Amino acid sequence: MTDEGEKKLVGIVLVSHSAAVADSVAEMAKGLSGGGSAPVRAAGGTADGGFGTSPELIAEAAHAVDRGAGVAVLVDLGSAVLAVKALLAEGDELPEGTRLVDAPLVEGAVAALVTASTGADVDGVLQAASEAYDYRKV
Amino acid sequence: MSSSEPAVDDTLDTPFFLRWLTAAATSVSREATRLTDLDSAIGDADHGTNMQRGFAAVAEALEKEPPGSPGATLILAGRQLISKVGGASGPLYGTLLRRAGKALGDAEQITPQQLADALRAGVDAVAQLGGAAPGDKTMLDALLPAVEALGGATGSFAAAGEAAEKGALATVPMLARKGRASYLGERSVGHQDPGATSSALLIAALAEAAR
Repeated sequence: MTDEGEKKLVGIVLVSHSAAVADSVAEMAKGLSGGGSAPVRAAGGTADGGFGTSPELIAEAAHAVDRGAGVAVLVDLGSAVLAVKALLAEGDELPEGTRLVDAPLVEGAVAALVTASTGADVDGVLQAASEAYDYRKV
Repeated sequence: MSSSEPAVDDTLDTPFFLRWLTAAATSVSREATRLTDLDSAIGDADHGTNMQRGFAAVAEALEKEPPGSPGATLILAGRQLISKVGGASGPLYGTLLRRAGKALGDAEQITPQQLADALRAGVDAVAQLGGAAPGDKTMLDALLPAVEALGGATGSFAAAGEAAEKGALATVPMLARKGRASYLGERSVGHQDPGATSSALLIAALAEAAR
């Protein structure tokens, strides 16, 4: 973890029913994390550009951000959750150390990216992202 | 139980499973409009088209690379459904078939009882994945009675089909507690669940394959 050489960073995947939402949240998380160095990819909408989720796009994104330290997947609604859980259950569809994060998509994405960019391990990233639930707005 | 129904000691081979899934694809395609109509009442009006696309991919994949065992047939079909359906029914039906396929292992022939046990394992995996229970107005309300009927002492595919159909009809007065329909609350009452309806088609196709 504390190697001076190439850091093994946790990758982040953002899954939304909308490609525009996933893309924008990725951009925003990058912007708010000071252009953090952890890799992040959006996997929004279906393969043909509609609203929905695509296990193929999700798996592709997860492999694209995999740096060997695990991948944290943040999701929005219903079928996004089921799609990731089903891929995880397959065993060999997602990079080793891929985890579904229990966190709100937008707030969790910022926390996850900031934390991953510090070189934290996947447990640290998951914890930081899920703590977004503790911040009550009212 | 008709005389053409497989007896308990009959065996089911790979062609039987190919017939089952092909029959399911035909039936889903024939009923796609009805499934989408049901889904437009309490969901996002895509269940018919999603299922049609998924099962068309299943039929195509099975034809292109015919699997060598019942288990491999179900696993291949499940994989197609997970990647092609889009929407919650893909992961759910994909998990159902994959888990059942894994339970069958690589045996070339299996008994109806083994199929009943494998489907039970698949249905349990679906329940776990979706976090749903009987009475939540989901596909489980058709699948659970079907595996009960199939695994029972006088189990037959026809009995399983009837139980699934009855289970699907029984979702009409239920209050949806899972998925998009659950956002509708009381307004979900009075509509048949599209997932339970497509599940009944899948189970009915078993009896067709046995004929």
